[in-house]
Amino acid sequence: MKLELRGITKRFGALVANDNVNLVAEPGQIHCLLGENGAGKSTLMNVLYGLYQADGGEILIDGKAVKFSGPGDAMAAGIGMVHQHFMLIPVFSVAENVILGHEPTKALGFIDIAEARRRVKEISDRFGFDVDPDAILGELPVGVQQRVEIIKALISDAQVLVFDEPTAVLTPQETDELMAIMKQLRDAGKAIVFITHKLREVKEVADKITVIRLGKVVGEAKPTSTQEELASMMVGRAVDLDVNKAPAKPAGVKFGVKNLTVFNHLGQKVVDDISFDIAAGEILVFAGVQGNGQTELTEAILGLQTKVRGSIELDGHELVGQSVKHRLDYGLGFVPEDRTLDGLVADFSIAENLMLDRSDRKPFAKGILLQLGYLAKFAAEKVKQFDIRTQGINQRAGSLSGGNQQKVVLARELARELRLLVASQPTRGLDVGSIEFVHEQIVATRDKGLPVMIVATELDEATQLGDRIAVMYRGKIVGIVPADTDRAKLGQMMAGVAA
Amino acid sequence: MSTVTETKNKMNWQQLVRGNALIPVLAVLTSLIVGGILIALSSQDVLDAAPNIFSDPATFFSSLGNSIFGAYDALFRGSVFNYQADDVFKMFKPITETLAFATPITLTGLALAISFRSGLFNIGGTSQIIFGAIFAGWVGIYVDLPFYIHLPLAIIAGVIGGALVGGLVGLLKATTGANEVIVTIMFNYIAGLLLTFFLKTFMKAPNTVNPISPAVHDSAKYPLLFGVNTRLTVGFFLMIAAVVFVWWLMNRSSVGFKFRALGHNPRAARVAGINMGLTYVAVMAVSGALAGLAGTTQILGTEQHLTVGVSASFGIDAITVALLGRSNPWGVLAAGILFGGLRAGAATMQAEQGVPVDIVLVVQSMIVLFIAAPPLVRAMFRLGKEAKNEAF
Repeated sequence: MKLELRGITKRFGALVANDNVNLVAEPGQIHCLLGENGAGKSTLMNVLYGLYQADGGEILIDGKAVKFSGPGDAMAAGIGMVHQHFMLIPVFSVAENVILGHEPTKALGFIDIAEARRRVKEISDRFGFDVDPDAILGELPVGVQQRVEIIKALISDAQVLVFDEPTAVLTPQETDELMAIMKQLRDAGKAIVFITHKLREVKEVADKITVIRLGKVVGEAKPTSTQEELASMMVGRAVDLDVNKAPAKPAGVKFGVKNLTVFNHLGQKVVDDISFDIAAGEILVFAGVQGNGQTELTEAILGLQTKVRGSIELDGHELVGQSVKHRLDYGLGFVPEDRTLDGLVADFSIAENLMLDRSDRKPFAKGILLQLGYLAKFAAEKVKQFDIRTQGINQRAGSLSGGNQQKVVLARELARELRLLVASQPTRGLDVGSIEFVHEQIVATRDKGLPVMIVATELDEATQLGDRIAVMYRGKIVGIVPADTDRAKLGQMMAGVAA
Repeated sequence: MSTVTETKNKMNWQQLVRGNALIPVLAVLTSLIVGGILIALSSQDVLDAAPNIFSDPATFFSSLGNSIFGAYDALFRGSVFNYQADDVFKMFKPITETLAFATPITLTGLALAISFRSGLFNIGGTSQIIFGAIFAGWVGIYVDLPFYIHLPLAIIAGVIGGALVGGLVGLLKATTGANEVIVTIMFNYIAGLLLTFFLKTFMKAPNTVNPISPAVHDSAKYPLLFGVNTRLTVGFFLMIAAVVFVWWLMNRSSVGFKFRALGHNPRAARVAGINMGLTYVAVMAVSGALAGLAGTTQILGTEQHLTVGVSASFGIDAITVALLGRSNPWGVLAAGILFGGLRAGAATMQAEQGVPVDIVLVVQSMIVLFIAAPPLVRAMFRLGKEAKNEAF
């Protein structure tokens, strides 16, 4: 089945989200739709899926024009979508999730769960998905949940599969597995549309690449193009993908963690007897597959984790046992992993978010009276300094793009007098331009003579940004190695093989 | 992904509390229209004329008009301005009645609005009014002091009483993680039953078998604004001051900023170093203090004796008032006056037109229904979908 989008135009008020976009997906091909966040990729797919009605253009299947008034029509026409945020029910079993919406029934309308199980098993076996139909969805790893979404699309016999930013939530291994699955589906004759902004993934699987910028198709690229070429097409200017930094000049140890053990609320050890030091003017990157204790480690440093043994010393000052507020005031800068959930109050303005951690003291408050005049001045200054693209300091933080949201978080954290910066996955989900900016800020912080701790899940980021790399596995540090250690070696360490 | 749905649910709930200002207005309008239909249905004249609607439409429509107009006219005369009265004082008396009712309703509405905006669903207006009234009543009844100390002391006692009950809920939530909705509902029962117990034992008036306390000393009463035969007291000005205070607290003070941060995103508030437990206690204490103040306007103002009915239905009405006012202090004031008017006018409506007081309750309930289901109102008035202010 061949899918063709011809001249699709979609407007939201004055904003043209899609401007005369053309796209052809052919059977046995992986077609990458590459573009930055906000370039209009998701809008285009929502038009395809019948969630939005296009203001112009048409959708053709095997040369015949079709019209979708909702996802049901699109599914019936053989289009399956694997969403960025899974549309699944965590408390249902895999089989129940897969049949939801078109349940096979027996007499009297009873659901034929045996039949459902059989179908799931059949597809799982055919593509080697290794999914247990009876497992409860919420208990499965994210990567497996995603396979359930794929099965859900396949079971209704989809011929065109759309993957919307599917790797945003995956670990490197899971990403590799997904790439393999996509290739397998392609070889089985499906047409694949793969929406992403990650260049490495595009290079790995794409048969054809369409680059979209500000709602317009800027051109097609060959899979043989270099990452730099792809990035400059996507951003519209030459981009330097390497992190520019001078060699580190580590001075004395400023930040030390000794024999730190963290227990989660179930009493399990999630960080297991960890010790490390970071010198002034040095970036230590924690690499490793997500879920090996990195998050809990950063939370313990901030003071969000309460069941903690061991010592965390900053400039000779013990942090364990202190409140979050005390640690922030003492000079801990913290960029949380999930900026929308932990870093920002989405319904607050940019200005309000910029004073979130210091709202109750000078210069933001006199007594308990907020100094809104000062805040406006401060916010305007930060918006300029960090190049936050916004309509004004009173714009809702939640309506900013991911990159601009992260700039707000960084602007707030770096505005305090810091002794240490801890940033957890600081570039997660950001576009190329914003990643460049965030990296610059982190390196600049290091060059001011601060110890910097980064948690990274992508190896490229770890090796480029770090001066040293610590690899975590199951709550322990497998080893701390120089940043120029080769990828294969780091990969082994991430699987738990000691350095 | 469960976290995503959680955030979404939170957003819906926040939309209910805040959101578009047009919806409440339309909700009230629609409810009054539905109320009109019910008034017509409860009128014997209309029902008598209905079978002859085709042979004698004039009678039917005139009786329909008379019943609805008559009822709302009585409501207006009972709550705003009585143009049929024979002297100027009586003409303006209804509005003072409305404002007298509006005083405790608005104060409690403000109390709940603060908690709603801070992400806590305080249903305990009733218990906080009761404790405010018990504390204020105790000082007003059993302490004897000159006016200029007695009244302020009694008011402060009431505010403290409300703050203690509210703060206790916050403390329970902070230390044990107890859900404030359940705790406050239970506190309403506890407060009501404790009050009954007090009124049957050491706060009981001598020489009566009824559960009623002795009268509050004159020195602890809110002065009346327009003399005898009216019920509007100085408490009204305290209520207006409270509206301004709440606006200032939530929008201009660092305390309110923390409250709002907690309400919008408790996780981000925690990461930003805001002490959640302390903030829970503070929110509930401030909320309880305002409801306690409402209790003082009852016991030291309109009621003057402590009875089991001291909180009336204000604790529950205030939930509607806070939602109708979108948890904004000025909106709560407008909603409180509206509800005061409905209460004040209902009696006249029943006395003059024979329209059951319950119609007003139905109207109030319809308002809740329409606010809780904005899509319903939007569909009826063809407002279209709410504009989304999100990046896509």
